[in-house]
Amino acid sequence: MTDHSHKNCKALLGSLSDYIDGELPAELCAEIEKHLAGCENCRVVLNTTKRTIDLVQLPVEETVPSEVRERLFKRLNLDDYLLPKP
Amino acid sequence: MEKEVTAEISLAALRAGDPVEFARMVDLYSAPIYRLGLKMLGSPQDAEDVLQNTFLNALTHLSDFEGRSSISTWLYRIASNEALMLIRRKKPAFNLEDLQTDDSDEGTMPEIFVDWTVLPERELLTGEGKHAIDGAIQKLPESLRMVFILRDIEDVSIKETAEILNLTETNVKTRLLRARMFLREQLSAYYGERLTRKENHD
Repeated sequence: MTDHSHKNCKALLGSLSDYIDGELPAELCAEIEKHLAGCENCRVVLNTTKRTIDLVQLPVEETVPSEVRERLFKRLNLDDYLLPKP
Repeated sequence: MEKEVTAEISLAALRAGDPVEFARMVDLYSAPIYRLGLKMLGSPQDAEDVLQNTFLNALTHLSDFEGRSSISTWLYRIASNEALMLIRRKKPAFNLEDLQTDDSDEGTMPEIFVDWTVLPERELLTGEGKHAIDGAIQKLPESLRMVFILRDIEDVSIKETAEILNLTETNVKTRLLRARMFLREQLSAYYGERLTRKENHD
């Protein structure tokens, strides 16, 4: 296993979010990819972080239940404008 | 928020007290605000309080809103304050974890290096798995949770998140990284164990 106190691993970790979000310049990405190719632990951290974000983003279907919407309109004195949900 | 779906909300109409326009704004932004409340507080009752208080507050302060930020930023700002206030009210005890939110890089070093991404999605998203994900989000310190919800769940940009929470973009990025690392660690512990169980079973 690679020693994770290694300074390249630390540097990668600091840029991990930006790398995942595609916000780094190409030359920095290339440097990171070079490090990743030789560092299994960093690859695991990258992949599991990406997967973590994917998993959390998946169940975003939660909408407002209709009874909650009705109570909200009532509270705002907008009952007369409670049209069928668009 | 869902800006492009419907015609833009008219600030002039809102300020003129047009109830139809206000109702339209409520419908357009209710879902993300309700979700923010749910994820921040973890209960439907509290999420409903955040939702109601946000729009009551918006109604009261409509005349102060000059339109310098977008309506979505303005509403998110009210909603995040409402959520944080509700958390303080419900949990007045000192939270040690929140004291440590000093925007440093501390606490971001990973400790678990198990590649659980080999598990198929149906095994990651079982009822128990979803429960573990929600539990991990609830364990995030509040200031990290808020950034994470806005950025990674609601897909708000770094710039807008900074504007909503009155932080610098650098602070938002630091908190986002810490939140992601924290969640990765939590999920690695959970799914790592599942992977071991599966391997022992096979």
